[in-house]
Amino acid sequence: MTQSAVRPTPASPTPPGGHLLEVRDLHVEFRTTEGVARVINGVTYHLDAGETLAVLGESGSGKSVTAQAIMGILDTPPAHVRSGQILYQGRDLLTQSEEQRRQVRGKEIAMIFQDALSALNPVFPVGWQIGETLRQREGMSRADARRRTVELMDLVKIPAAAKRLGDYPHQFSGGMRQRVMIAMALALDPKVLIADEPTTALDVTVQAQIMDLLADLRRDLNMAMILITHDLGVVAGVADRIAVMYAGRIVEHADVRSLYRAPAHPYTKGLLESIPRLDVRGQALSTIKGLPPNLMRIPSGCPFHPRCPYVQQVCVDVVPHDLVLGDGRTSACHFAQEVRDDSAR
Amino acid sequence: MFRFILRRLLQMVLAFFGTTLIVYALMFAGQGDPIQALAGERPVTAAQRAYLTQKYHLDQTGVGGFFYRYLDYVKNLLQGDLGQSLTGRQIGDILQQAWPVTVRLALIALAVAIVFGVTAGVIAGIRRASIFDNSTLVLTLLVLGIPTIVLAPIAQYFLGVKWQLFPPTAGAQPSLYALLLPGIVLGSLSLATALRLTRTSVAENLRADYVRTARSKGLVKRRIVSVHVLRNSLIPVVTFLGVELGNLMSGAIITEGVFNIPGVGFNLFRGIRTEDGPLVVGIVSVLVVVYLVSNLVVDVLYAVLDPRIRYE
Repeated sequence: MTQSAVRPTPASPTPPGGHLLEVRDLHVEFRTTEGVARVINGVTYHLDAGETLAVLGESGSGKSVTAQAIMGILDTPPAHVRSGQILYQGRDLLTQSEEQRRQVRGKEIAMIFQDALSALNPVFPVGWQIGETLRQREGMSRADARRRTVELMDLVKIPAAAKRLGDYPHQFSGGMRQRVMIAMALALDPKVLIADEPTTALDVTVQAQIMDLLADLRRDLNMAMILITHDLGVVAGVADRIAVMYAGRIVEHADVRSLYRAPAHPYTKGLLESIPRLDVRGQALSTIKGLPPNLMRIPSGCPFHPRCPYVQQVCVDVVPHDLVLGDGRTSACHFAQEVRDDSAR
Repeated sequence: MFRFILRRLLQMVLAFFGTTLIVYALMFAGQGDPIQALAGERPVTAAQRAYLTQKYHLDQTGVGGFFYRYLDYVKNLLQGDLGQSLTGRQIGDILQQAWPVTVRLALIALAVAIVFGVTAGVIAGIRRASIFDNSTLVLTLLVLGIPTIVLAPIAQYFLGVKWQLFPPTAGAQPSLYALLLPGIVLGSLSLATALRLTRTSVAENLRADYVRTARSKGLVKRRIVSVHVLRNSLIPVVTFLGVELGNLMSGAIITEGVFNIPGVGFNLFRGIRTEDGPLVVGIVSVLVVVYLVSNLVVDVLYAVLDPRIRYE
């Protein structure tokens, strides 16, 4: 599946057979004045050292919230982690103190965000912002932090890095800003990088450059990466495995090849069919009918049933469990086998 | 930036002539007999009247006469001569005495607004919807709702007369202590506004995306608030306080009147009451300059604080 990770640093105390990072049956809800929105309803996924997991889903499916729960940067309130575990190197982050979790942030697990313009502080120079992490977390001197900042900016291929230290975020182009964001995330040599829609705010050509950069950096620095996206095109070249999310659950989980060849969940199938194709002409682009569910009133049974072409009575009544399809594939659909066979045809 | 300042300075020249012209016109349009106003109740002899009429060019009538006197005035003004008040004192001397008092009063008021307003605003912004936040909301609304003309005498009566914590009036050469109570009264309005502004700004910035980034870097909360959030939140607050300092410098007619403080506002009010045209116009001319300069300083400060703002 992936190249087995051999880190140059001392071996991580991950228990044998365990994963580097594992989310188990996570439930998160947002308690607002209008009611309780159940944003994450039993998400389970894992990440091994050196691999890339893509988390795919439309807006509001809970992919970013899961990531922020891993980082421990959810706004609480309104967010509330109801139950579940987030195991990093075998230890449950959710039971740790805020101080212990802060130590994990940036150093073990780092994150980059969608819109680098708003994610960077507008009133500080970018060199200062990258260096801040080094000074505050590693106790580096100003001069050392500056030297390392230039290295990091070179690493993410920002031209004339030393000259641009004093520039402010708004003076960079969108792609360069995202590179600054990446350099900042890499400052402490994290073992896991979470990229939350890193290319959504960018031009298509720049998107490809940033994805290539992320893939190269992941390989060169031997990190594991969680790539959150709603863009199936972005995933194919970079990810090892894909987890598809819908209404706060993982509905399908498979390695990239088998998922693209034969999706085993009607939602994934719908997503793949709605990609415009150059080789099929004169056909209307297919869409998934309906809208994503209101998270305050998630439909009974399978949350996808109101939009599903395979819907039967059982889908309305019974919540589907993850159906294991072999090769590590799962699909949370009563008719997973059928859907996959349909798709493979 | 240089071109921006140059353009603003040119605009200031226009604004200066515009405002002085209007004030000059208004002051003398409403006047009945300036020579009688000067003399007060006493009779004016024909010889005195002839002398003063000639001295102030009052024999020139109509619009032509008005502009004649206005140009006369501006000519002197540009030579640094503010002229004489109708009482015969040099207006420059009056301002020289009054201004230090007003500046001290203004600085006390501003200090009150910064120390209490900004601090409480930051705390209220961090602890949104807490008891502290809600009680400051009620208090600031109360202060903003009471006009100074009511607040000042109340403070004077209770704190000055009844409990005798402060001197009730300031007098001719006011000490800093005597200016403290008027300063607090004067500053309470700026304090309330600064508090609301800081609170909103902090609360808004705490939700900003860059705070999430700072947290994901593993910074301690104290640093996130005191460096990242505060630096952004204070941009509108500093702008407000700069404009407010300009306002305060130009004297507070009501506060200075109630506490009998011989500052700029006090003299301005006396000038208006006694129909002392030269004094009013003289003070307002200088106030216009102070106000224009303080606004320019605020604009420049704004660009320094927020690197996204570049004046072209």
